[in-house]
Amino acid sequence: MPVTRGFKGRQRDGGAEHGRVPPGQYVTCEFPVLSAGPTQRTPLESWSLALQDHGKLIGIWNWAQFQALPQTERTTDIHCVTKWTKLDTRWRGVAFDDILKAAGLVSPPTLYLMAHCDGGYTTNLRLADLLGGKAMIATHFDDQPLAATHGGPARLLVPHLYFWKSAKWVRRLVFMEADLPGFWESLGYHIHGDPWREQRYTGDK
Amino acid sequence: MTAPAASDWQMAIAAAFLDETAAVRSIEFDIVHWKGHLAGQHVDIRLTAADGYQAQRSYSIASPGRQGTRIEITVEKITGGEVSPFLTEEMAVGDTIELRGPIGGYFTWQPEDPSPLMLIAGGSGVVPLMSMLRTRRIACSRVPARLLYSSRTAQDIIYRNELDSLVAHLDGFSLVHTVTRGAPANWWGEARRVNREMLARHVFPAAQKPLIFTCGPTSFVEVVADQLISLGYDEKTIKTERFGPSGEKG
Repeated sequence: MPVTRGFKGRQRDGGAEHGRVPPGQYVTCEFPVLSAGPTQRTPLESWSLALQDHGKLIGIWNWAQFQALPQTERTTDIHCVTKWTKLDTRWRGVAFDDILKAAGLVSPPTLYLMAHCDGGYTTNLRLADLLGGKAMIATHFDDQPLAATHGGPARLLVPHLYFWKSAKWVRRLVFMEADLPGFWESLGYHIHGDPWREQRYTGDK
Repeated sequence: MTAPAASDWQMAIAAAFLDETAAVRSIEFDIVHWKGHLAGQHVDIRLTAADGYQAQRSYSIASPGRQGTRIEITVEKITGGEVSPFLTEEMAVGDTIELRGPIGGYFTWQPEDPSPLMLIAGGSGVVPLMSMLRTRRIACSRVPARLLYSSRTAQDIIYRNELDSLVAHLDGFSLVHTVTRGAPANWWGEARRVNREMLARHVFPAAQKPLIFTCGPTSFVEVVADQLISLGYDEKTIKTERFGPSGEKG
């Protein structure tokens, strides 16, 4: 690799962060906000989450019903494609597995899913990245209701993928037969987005 | 050998520097295989220390779209930062870094778009918007364009001379500065933070269906986007790019 003359970089940490920061990322203590458009502000009384198999409605929950589903707490690291990584973020919400269970599904009908959000944002996900405790619909951060700027009232949390996959303001989860690209995946970003393989952009392996 | 794709790292040679303000420097890079970009896109750069340690950052492209093999970025020095102090203080003409791009296909503008172009910048958020204005100028576009640009002080205005000169072309561009921490004597612009009332006065009317790009610190972009929606602008026409912390938890 070509050395950059005069570049030293910050002090190397051998400690707590070791092995937790994917290539090309840096650790921040802030919680930056990134969205392609205005922040969506959906009142809880008009919020719902729908689970669909193409055009067929499999399950739908209003806010109270959704809060009544089993709650999962999780502390995890998150990685944004814009290079920041935030360690030990604390979330609460409903595990994706529990949403399938609540809809009466033993197994998902397809291998892929598109998340649809208020404001028109979409992102595609593989079921393999959602099942087995890997993902949740998060409604709380640090024991507080999730702020609108960070995707509240509810966002996807798929922390082992770049954070654009953890779609803000999520409202519909729609099973699909093929891994079709969502919003950023159609605009030059990687179809899968694994930070440990540095799958940032279309063309990354 | 085939030409590299946008996702491939390439060597970029620092070719020229321009200090825009006390804390902001523009840097031109020569890249052999640059195939051009759209106004509003960004690049990733990668720096490698002698022991192999690497750091990456994204920077908006400041130079106009679809131009040759030289691009310009504009970097604000972040005190205590890891990469921006290197780029603004250490790097010299002839130094090479790694770069890849162009990246991003949403926060972009092309001169074929006939909609009035409304640009709203906070601080160094002006950089991708400057690329749009430069692209518009080169294309001899007459599409109405306006920049509402918020800076801390008059000394912090990036591209000030160039922006001021653009208004003399009488090609439909207009410029509104605002400063938030005290205006100098004989200041002709606004002198406070962008708010709803200022937006109502300076943004092209909603009836003209402007295409709106706003870029700046998160708190700035949040105010601008929220207030534009409350003023009746279609949220689908508002494209945002935010940087910096949100200032709130969760």
